[in-house]
Amino acid sequence: MVLVFAESPNGQLKKSAFEAVTYGKKTADTLGVACVALVLGSNVKDAAALGTYGASKVLHVNDAALDQLDSQTYSNAIAAVAQQQGATVVILSHTSTGKAIAGRLSVKLSAGLISGANALPEVNGAQLTVKKPVFSGKAFAELALTSPVKIISLMGNAVKPEATGSSASVEAVSVSIPAGRIKVKSVKRQEGIVPLPEAEVVVSAGRGMKGPENWGMVEELATEMGATTACSRPVADSHWRPHHEHVGQTGIAIRPNLYIAIGISGAIQHLAGVNTSKVIVVINKDPEAPFFKAADYGVVGDLFEVVPRLTEAYKKFKATR
Amino acid sequence: MKFLVCISQTPDTTSKISFSGDGAEFNAAGVQFIMNPYDEWYALVRACEIREALGDGHKVVAVNVGPAANETTIRKALAIGADEAVRIDAEPTSAAFVAKQIADYAAKENFDIVFLGKETIDYNGSEVGAMVAEHLDLPFVSYASKLDLNGNTATLERDIEGGVEELEVNTPFVVSAAKGMAEQRIPNMRGIMMARSKPLTVVPAVAFDEPAKSVRFTLPPAKAGVKLIDPENMDELVRLLHEEAKII
Ligand SMILES: Cc1cc2nc3c(=O)[nH]c(=O)nc-3n(C[C@H](O)[C@H](O)[C@H](O)COP(=O)(O)OP(=O)(O)OC[C@H]3O[C@@H](n4cnc5c(N)ncnc54)[C@H](O)[C@@H]3O)c2cc1C
Ligand SMILES: Nc1ncnc2c1ncn2[C@@H]1O[C@H](COP(=O)(O)O)[C@@H](O)[C@H]1O
Repeated sequence: MVLVFAESPNGQLKKSAFEAVTYGKKTADTLGVACVALVLGSNVKDAAALGTYGASKVLHVNDAALDQLDSQTYSNAIAAVAQQQGATVVILSHTSTGKAIAGRLSVKLSAGLISGANALPEVNGAQLTVKKPVFSGKAFAELALTSPVKIISLMGNAVKPEATGSSASVEAVSVSIPAGRIKVKSVKRQEGIVPLPEAEVVVSAGRGMKGPENWGMVEELATEMGATTACSRPVADSHWRPHHEHVGQTGIAIRPNLYIAIGISGAIQHLAGVNTSKVIVVINKDPEAPFFKAADYGVVGDLFEVVPRLTEAYKKFKATR
Repeated sequence: MKFLVCISQTPDTTSKISFSGDGAEFNAAGVQFIMNPYDEWYALVRACEIREALGDGHKVVAVNVGPAANETTIRKALAIGADEAVRIDAEPTSAAFVAKQIADYAAKENFDIVFLGKETIDYNGSEVGAMVAEHLDLPFVSYASKLDLNGNTATLERDIEGGVEELEVNTPFVVSAAKGMAEQRIPNMRGIMMARSKPLTVVPAVAFDEPAKSVRFTLPPAKAGVKLIDPENMDELVRLLHEEAKII
């Protein structure tokens, strides 16, 4: 059986949870086994919806001790359910939560782990071979899991959630959970915007913007496109933009469907965080900017003219839809 | 207090990445190796800062699982401020292998905090920290961008999608460091001189059964090349994104 841990911070299932279940279902189909989803916490809403993405049933550990992440309580709960149910493959999302628990689970279950997979596994007898990006997106590694229990954590935006089935029954399961040793004092999330690692469209700008006072046009384009904003490192370092927007080798790595880079030169350390984006658009006045080599579409021109024009063009396009 | 900082060695980001003809192995020829940035700039520096504030009688130990060739990187950790170093003598074959080695060593030493980087920039796994924590049965705080220690209680901030979590945990625990935890420190001449006489102990590796194996490496398909669009005609860009790329 393939067990998929579906994350639900604040009780809300995340997009990554639907991606993980879709991935789990496809993996289960190749193996000819069932795909079962697992949710944790006392306030999970709409867990039955996971059935739509392929879970034949949803198991629920309804325990308030799991309302905040503690890697020990989470991995205990997941490992206990995996053992109870005889799971041979456990799927997680390669998110802040997944990264905190995947390694623990692999030790608990003596399971091989492939983290950050971006393709479906290939089955070779008792082995699963999985591909993942390495060297900051400059290459791929294929790894074979040989242990009886196998764990895969799935990179965000690597598969599209596919609503194929119908809602599933939710069954309570009880497992004993040790007392957590981490006290979460507060969780601050920016409201109303899609977090960068989950964003499908990202509008990002660099030093070519000249100063923070010019960001209005970047935000306007982002708002029109329903995109999340990002920036290059020097922009964050000079406090033109908040640090959480910094993408690249030292910031965060993202993989949106569309990455629009405005006035960013495309230094290798910047590319390291964005080069696995599906489509890259570069707007830069310097035709020699290295970013054009990594781009799908390029606009050589003054961003102060091009960006407002792009916003207008996008508005027109939206109006015809 | 005794802090352990796990340092890995990775190819510099600007390195050209290539593999042997059959893709079985990474081609290290001509590649410049550095200390993994997250380990160096954030984990190691923060551990040294806390240790320096505590004063004498406390120490920072840097540990690397790797061959003798890694000793240049290990000496750099000593130059930055670690008091001593340990090299576990083995070619690291996987995160699981590395974690087992580190945990086996750390279990005998009773460290108050085990620091790691949030991920290595070569295999990008983010796996070792949680594995070490599980082997040692310790709490684990991943992707911490802030860490203050007051007696035995640490206050941390942890990066989560679109936000930050503030939490508290008592020593001993394991933490992986992200940007923000400290500022990069350039070793000075004195540090470099002192590093030469600081202890660097080599310990043997323990046996480990690999639950996974590397099959091959591949390079991403070359980009088709950029399509340039007239800066006067952004309608055309929108059209291409819709009709050709099919992403809007
Ligand atoms: C170890 C290390 C780690 C690093 N990590 C990161 C990281 O994580 N993320 C990151 O981003 N960087 C990182 N950097 C820095 C990186 O090397 C570059 O310095 C940085 O990405 C450059 O930022 P930029 O492109 O915004 O600025 P610049 O390189 O100054 O580029 C500005 C661009 O704007 C263009 N421009 C200017 N005016 C206009 C205009 N009017 N219209 C259109 N275009 C215009 C210019 O042609 C230029 O290409 C790192 C560096 C090191 C050494
Ligand atoms: N060979 C190694 N020796 C010591 N520490 C390591 C080694 N490999 C990885 N680490 C530590 O584990 C962290 C996470 O690595 P990874 O799980 O490979 O992304 C790194 O930032 C290091 O702190």
